[in-house]
Amino acid sequence: MTYIGIILTYVFVSNLVLSQFLGLCPFIGVSKNTESAVGMGFAVTFVMSLATLITWALQHFVLVPLNIVFLQTVVFILVIASLVQLVEMVVRKYSPPLYQALGIYLPLITTNCGVLGIALISVNASYGPMESFLAGLSAGIGFLLALLMMSGIRERLDTEKVPRHLKGAPIAFISGGLMALAFMAFDKALLTNLIGG
Amino acid sequence: MEGILRILYAFLSTSAFAALLGLGLAAAARRFHVEKDKKVEELLAVLPGLNCGACGYAGCEAYAEALAAEDDDDITKCSPGGPETLAGIGTLMGQEVDASKVRMVARLACAGGDGIAAREFQYKGYMDCEAAKLHFDGDKGCKYGCLGLGSCVKSCPVDAIDYTSDGLVKVDEATCIGCEICVAVCPTGVMKMVPENIEWFVACSSTDKAKVTKTNCSVGCIGCRICERKFPDSGFIVTDNLSVLDYTVQNGEQQEGAAQACPPKCIIRTKED
Repeated sequence: MTYIGIILTYVFVSNLVLSQFLGLCPFIGVSKNTESAVGMGFAVTFVMSLATLITWALQHFVLVPLNIVFLQTVVFILVIASLVQLVEMVVRKYSPPLYQALGIYLPLITTNCGVLGIALISVNASYGPMESFLAGLSAGIGFLLALLMMSGIRERLDTEKVPRHLKGAPIAFISGGLMALAFMAFDKALLTNLIGG
Repeated sequence: MEGILRILYAFLSTSAFAALLGLGLAAAARRFHVEKDKKVEELLAVLPGLNCGACGYAGCEAYAEALAAEDDDDITKCSPGGPETLAGIGTLMGQEVDASKVRMVARLACAGGDGIAAREFQYKGYMDCEAAKLHFDGDKGCKYGCLGLGSCVKSCPVDAIDYTSDGLVKVDEATCIGCEICVAVCPTGVMKMVPENIEWFVACSSTDKAKVTKTNCSVGCIGCRICERKFPDSGFIVTDNLSVLDYTVQNGEQQEGAAQACPPKCIIRTKED
C-alpha cells in the first residue's frame, strides 16, 4: 500500500512541476511539441529513478556513517551531474537509437533542479531503497505527464489567436498556472480516501 | 579552531571528490569515445558560429549535420557568413559556388519622418513600436510607415540599425547580416529585404489611395503610374497603389528618369554621394 501511495503522491498530489514548481526550465523550454516533450519526459524519468537510487546509497553508506550530512546538497549535485554525463556517454556508445531518442535531452538534465529536488525529498522522507527508486520513477512520470499535457496545449495554442505580447513563454506560463490549479484537486485528503490512510 | 578545521576538511574532501568524479568522467569519455563525422567538424569550423538561426536550423551544428548527412543540398542558407563562408562550404561539399548571388540587406521603405508625415495624435505611451501600434495602429496618419520607436533597433543582433534625427531609423548596409529579424519584428512591415547593390529604391509602403496618401504624407507613393508609363524599361510596376521596383532590372538611366519624374519624389537614390 505504501508503494501505491508513493506513486500516486509523486505523479499527482505533489507533482514536481505543477505543485512543487521544480524543473520549470525544461517544462517551458521543451514543451513546444509533443515529440520532444515525450523524449525529454522519458529521459528525466530515467535519470530521476537512477539518481534517487544512487543518492540513497550515498546518503546511507557514505554521508551518515561519516557524519557529514551537511555536505548533502553539494555532493548530490556533483554525483547527479556526473551520473548524467556518464549515462549519456554509455548510451551514445552502446545504443545509438536510444541516444537519438533521449541523448540530446540528457545534457539538459544535468542541472535540472527537479532531479536534485526528488533526491533530497526522498532522502528527507527517510525512504528505503525501493521506496526511493519508486519516488524517483513516479516523480519522473509526473514530470512526463505535465510536459505531455503542456505540449498538447501549446501545440493548440500555436493555431489560436494569442495577443502578440503574450505569444510564446508568457501564455505558456499562464496555461501552466491554470493546469497547476486543476492539479490542486489531487490533494492529501483525496489520496487518503482512495487508499485509506 | 575546530570549526575552521571542519570547514577546511569539508572543502578539501568535496574538492577531492569532485576531482575524482571529473577524472572518472574524463576516463569514461576516452573509453566510450564515438567518432564524430569529420565533415561536420570541418563545416562547423567554416560556419560563423553565431547560432542565429537564419538558416532555419536550431544552430550552426544542426545545419552542418544536415549538410554532411546530405539531408539538405542548399549550401547558401547561411546569410550572416557572407561570401567567405559560402566559399568554404562550397569547397567542403564539392559544389560550385555562385558568387554572383547578391547579399540581401534590410532597408526602410519609408521616408515620412517628423514634419513630413502627418500625425493623428501624440503618442506618449511605452516607447516601443508594438505598443504604439496597439493604439489606433500608431500615431501617424499613414498606417504603413515607420513608427520610429525602434523595435528593430533593439532586436538587431549586430547593431546595424540606428535612429535618425527625423524620427525614423536607418540600416547600415555594411553591418547588416541579412538575418531578417527586424523584418519579423516590425509591426507595420515597413522593413524590406532588398539586394545590396540596387541604386534606386521606392521609399514608401503605403497602399492607400492617392488622396489618402497625399493627406498623410508629402513623400508617399500615390500610385500615379508615371514611373511605369513614361519609363517602361525602368522596372517600376505599380500594384495596389504602390510602385514596386523589380530589382533584376538594371537600367540606371531609365530609373533615374523615373525618380526625377516621380511627383512626390518617393523614389530615392540608395547610395548617398
